[in-house]
Amino acid sequence: MNEQVTGYWLATLLQPLVLLLAAPLLVGWIKRIKSRLQNRRGPAVMQPLRDLRKLFAKQPVVAKTASPLFRAAPYVVFASTLLAVTSVPLWSIWLPSTTVADVIVLVGLLGLGRFFLALAGMDVGTAFGGMGSSREMLVSALAEPAMLMAVFTLAMSAHSTNLSSIVAFNLDAGVVLRPSYLFALLGLILVAIAETGRIPVDNPATHLELTMIHEAMILEYSGRHLALMEWAAQLKLALYGLLIANLFFPWGLAERFTPLEGLGALALVGGKLLLLGALLAVAETTLAKMRLFRAPQFLNLAFLLTLLGLLSNVILESGL
Amino acid sequence: MTQLPLLEQAILVLAALTLLASFSMLAQSRLTSAIHSFAWQGVMVAAATALVAAVGHAHHLYLSALLTFSLKGLLIPWMLHRLVRRLNMEREVENIAHPALVVLAGALLVILAYWIALPIERLELASTRNIIAISLAIVLLGLWLMIARRQVVTQVLGFMSMENGLFLAAVASTRGMPLVVELGIAFDVLVAAVLFGVFFFHIHESIESLDTGKLTRLTEEEPA
Repeated sequence: MNEQVTGYWLATLLQPLVLLLAAPLLVGWIKRIKSRLQNRRGPAVMQPLRDLRKLFAKQPVVAKTASPLFRAAPYVVFASTLLAVTSVPLWSIWLPSTTVADVIVLVGLLGLGRFFLALAGMDVGTAFGGMGSSREMLVSALAEPAMLMAVFTLAMSAHSTNLSSIVAFNLDAGVVLRPSYLFALLGLILVAIAETGRIPVDNPATHLELTMIHEAMILEYSGRHLALMEWAAQLKLALYGLLIANLFFPWGLAERFTPLEGLGALALVGGKLLLLGALLAVAETTLAKMRLFRAPQFLNLAFLLTLLGLLSNVILESGL
Repeated sequence: MTQLPLLEQAILVLAALTLLASFSMLAQSRLTSAIHSFAWQGVMVAAATALVAAVGHAHHLYLSALLTFSLKGLLIPWMLHRLVRRLNMEREVENIAHPALVVLAGALLVILAYWIALPIERLELASTRNIIAISLAIVLLGLWLMIARRQVVTQVLGFMSMENGLFLAAVASTRGMPLVVELGIAFDVLVAAVLFGVFFFHIHESIESLDTGKLTRLTEEEPA
């Protein structure tokens, strides 16, 4: 029994460390696949990690007009994202960190990070920062309800908003075809694309004035501040990947954590994330970025899908 | 909690996808894409019919599934597509006023349909009785499509998708109508599609557009 408890705590403490390493690698993997698809050789998978190390060694430059909030924001954004990613089941279900927080806390933590990110964008007073913040708020104000509806659809089936309970319910249910899950999955994928700033909503690879959203907000950052901001963005991508992979396809997660089972689950989750990353790269290569004012339409679709998911949960699944 | 067998779960998924096709027709501003959505809806209804036939061992339903697939999945979309191509409207994009509101009103209609169908659900006719609410929603959405849009082709699609909803209700709740009735309805729809085509040409000839908003104008001049 005592060993079991130590194992749980060890897994809880290791989870953020693993994710801190894995998130940049996931971004590197997506970049690699994307460049291969575009007939380029592309940077190594390790490149985002190397970039982070280099940025941490550099001295940050802060504008004269910046308030203390500008310096504090990277730490808040990074900490809230790290906390959020810790509360998602990675390799085992009943970990202390995943049972203590539920879906609403998760969305709240992401909201906290986004709030400080937008404030930091406006703090220095450059035109680009303010523009980026206003755009980010436009996108997230529309994406957040859709995200909540998607996870509530799952929560209604599992009768709990706790992520661990939802995953455990889905594991126990086995193969069940639920129309509501299909809609929630599609909606959550659209929300994830919008929230992590990928094509067709935002382009992570450009600094073109007219189109950037996330890059515009962190334009004034340098050195370790920039590194923290980038790391937080990478963690957020991994978080959405984990949510999609482990909520909808939870097979392979360990119910009781033992080192061997944990490693097996980690390998499976890694495989799922790599597959999702490859799919994202293919989608980003085939789709064109849309105009900013089309983004509400895109998110309206996400909202409609999740709403249909909720409705079909109520209407169709009383017998399931 | 009782678990439905996997095939019946698949019927529910197909019913939900049929509803999604209705919504995609409602949100599509491109004519050809809307016709494609309609074709997918026909295919989904046909697949649901085939599954109901497999679950209930109702062999005559295989025939109506085949009929639905060939008529509503292939023939009628092809006819509409050909008409649109002949009238040079392939690239036509309809200007929908308040697209988000139209779709949200559609979602409200789904809730209304569910509320109306609640007493039927309590009768416990069959395990797939919940589909009645979905079918009713598809009928209402077809009606709403005819009201909210001005393009004649889209209005015809709304009319046809109403028929899809009725057919789904009949198949899912009572294991299908007698074959004679089904054949009659199928050919009615086919004849309707042909007649609509003739009307398209007449409307297009007289007002050089398929926008019914222009039918209310009394003179040839553009309003100032």
